[in-house]
Amino acid sequence: MTDVQAILEKVTTKYGKQRSALMPALQAIVKEKNYLSDEDIVAVAKTFDLSTAEVYGTATFYTFLDTVPRGKYVIRVCKTISCHMSGKDEIIEALQNTLKIKVGETTVDKKFSLLTANCMGWCHKGPVMLVNDDVYPELTPQKAIEIIQSYQQK
Amino acid sequence: MSNYMVNLKINNIPVSVPEGTTILDAAKKLNFRIPTLCYHEDLSVAGNCRVCVVEQVGARLLQAACAVPVSEGMEILTNSTKVRQARKHIIELLLSEHRADCTECYKNGNCELQDLAHEYGVNQHLFIDLARKRNYTIDRSSPSIIKDDSRCIRCQRCVRTCDELQGVSALAVAYKGDHQKISTFFEHPMFEVVCTNCGQCINRCPTGALIEKTYIEEVWDALNDPNKHVVVQTAPAVRIGLGEVLGYDPGERVTGKMVTALKLLGFDSVLDTDFTADLTIMEEGTELLTRLKKALVDKEPVALPMMTSCSPGWIKFQEHLFPNLLDNLSTCKSPQQMFGALAKTYYAQKRGIDPKNIVSVSIMPCTAKKFEANRPEMRASGYQDVDYVLTTRELGLMIKQAGIDFMKLPDSPYDSIMGESTGAGVIFGATGGVMEAALRTAYEIVTGREVPFRNLNITPVRGFEGIREATVKIEGCLPEWSFLEGVELKVAVAHGLANAKKLMQAVSDGTVSYHFIEVMACPGGCLGGGGQPIPTNLEIRSKRAEAIYAEDESMPLRKSHENPEVHMIYQEFLGKPLSHKSHDLLHTHYKARKRY
Repeated sequence: MTDVQAILEKVTTKYGKQRSALMPALQAIVKEKNYLSDEDIVAVAKTFDLSTAEVYGTATFYTFLDTVPRGKYVIRVCKTISCHMSGKDEIIEALQNTLKIKVGETTVDKKFSLLTANCMGWCHKGPVMLVNDDVYPELTPQKAIEIIQSYQQK
Repeated sequence: MSNYMVNLKINNIPVSVPEGTTILDAAKKLNFRIPTLCYHEDLSVAGNCRVCVVEQVGARLLQAACAVPVSEGMEILTNSTKVRQARKHIIELLLSEHRADCTECYKNGNCELQDLAHEYGVNQHLFIDLARKRNYTIDRSSPSIIKDDSRCIRCQRCVRTCDELQGVSALAVAYKGDHQKISTFFEHPMFEVVCTNCGQCINRCPTGALIEKTYIEEVWDALNDPNKHVVVQTAPAVRIGLGEVLGYDPGERVTGKMVTALKLLGFDSVLDTDFTADLTIMEEGTELLTRLKKALVDKEPVALPMMTSCSPGWIKFQEHLFPNLLDNLSTCKSPQQMFGALAKTYYAQKRGIDPKNIVSVSIMPCTAKKFEANRPEMRASGYQDVDYVLTTRELGLMIKQAGIDFMKLPDSPYDSIMGESTGAGVIFGATGGVMEAALRTAYEIVTGREVPFRNLNITPVRGFEGIREATVKIEGCLPEWSFLEGVELKVAVAHGLANAKKLMQAVSDGTVSYHFIEVMACPGGCLGGGGQPIPTNLEIRSKRAEAIYAEDESMPLRKSHENPEVHMIYQEFLGKPLSHKSHDLLHTHYKARKRY
């Protein structure tokens, strides 16, 4: 049994095989594998008796359901207006310089991916970024670099 | 729909409609046309394009007429200044995301967006031309369908068509917001996904985002090449659809004019797919009786129910979705491909023409036929059996290009050989038609008597119900068919692949039992095919069906086994149905394809 099937079995035991269980299934796979591969989506489509295009459509609708390989740590900098006004561009620049990648890219060692995301609801404490599920509010370029360095040592 | 009537006013005119009626339909009742783009009568309501907005007196926001049901006392204005201005802006916004170089577009002149732009006097670009700033792709991988994202306005009619009518969902909505696009699985080329090439999406695309791949120039080249002998075959449903492209109302039979036009275009021989439809009945009818004999007498394992194989969209659907039932498909090629194989063998021999100089063209109501002609299995003559497949629409365009005043043309008969047909051949163009034609012949082979339906019209298999079934009791068999005495032949008919899917699931699960099943990929059968004139809706398809059955009744011969040219080809060339030669030329095999 491949790992994706093990994940799917867990999800379907809990939520069933109706279409409504599609989201938890996709989320569970992304949590384990960081992204949805071609084969993962085929496995999901088979499990829920959906077309692969439909599952792909659902997956691509959500920013947090990646369909391309990502690094171990996915950094998402909020790009919405409040964070923009409080300096998200400087944060992104600092991260790009530290990681030597551009937004949308992954480091060669597959450790970090740098992405932007829409509003995370932290407008009062912007600029803000996520590293996987952890939130880092009130960033400065220096703080952002230090946070990334702590992950580099992990 | 509820019996409860709701009273409202539209443009100050009172109207009373059943509860649940949309504003759009209520307005239609008063003959007010409200413009639409994402709305289509055959599909569920999406309400995403907003072009149908109307003003409700007293309400702050405009309402989408296609999606909002009427309510008591409502006062609707369909043409106020506010409405007109909003619609104009909506159209301008849609155009800002649409590559509107109309003269380069195949749909120029038959485009709903273009019509609306004209109607609302959109003559300046108010918004940024976004279409040109995007990296769009044009997918030409399929031999049937071209998908041009730069012309897509994301109305999602194609997505709903592929899901609701066809049960395939090769296309889905991917991404969101300004990145939203209509996509296949992982944006793979159309040729590599579960697409059946049925072309129903093309019939419902309001712009030029989904069109058929055209082969018009290739056909002109062949016609202009003095060394080529160009034969053309016309499918049953073309003769009742072509008129719509050339000025007639739906339901006009233009068989004779079409033949004249094809001769004027320069085809060397104008022949009829109906001939090979009749031949299909001989082969497929015999195949069915053989399978029944194997099952009932020899007690051999044999795949039943047998299923028709005329519709290439249906075949590819089965190869993708129900590969477990491939043995149930009749091994008969479709009439198009039987014709192709015979054109470069039998016809070539009889006419003394080297088959390498024959160019075989077919006019089809279908886009899947373009794919079918390109299948590697379809080279029985030693050449590609059918060289070019044109849709009804493409033929209409060629006739226009040639400057032929179609409506004034006299009628001409088909050429010979392979131009003779019966009414049984022509009804192949309607859902249930192959079944009816097969029953007319099989019943008579077995009993020596005509099928016991008034005027040969087997009405239980006709109509537009998604899945229909019928039982024909076989009585008074001829001695050699005595094993069928008293057998109740159970048949089923489905059209539209979503219906086929339900039926196939039931067959797979063993919850139903039939002897023979006819499936046509497109709603209404070939008359509603993906290559037929646009637009399409139930009313248009009904008129085309009436025309098909009228054509059948007008024919002197109405049973395939009475076709004299069919007799002749068996005598001179094929021997008998299911002969060795038949197998080589007229039968084929199928291959399982990926469902996911």
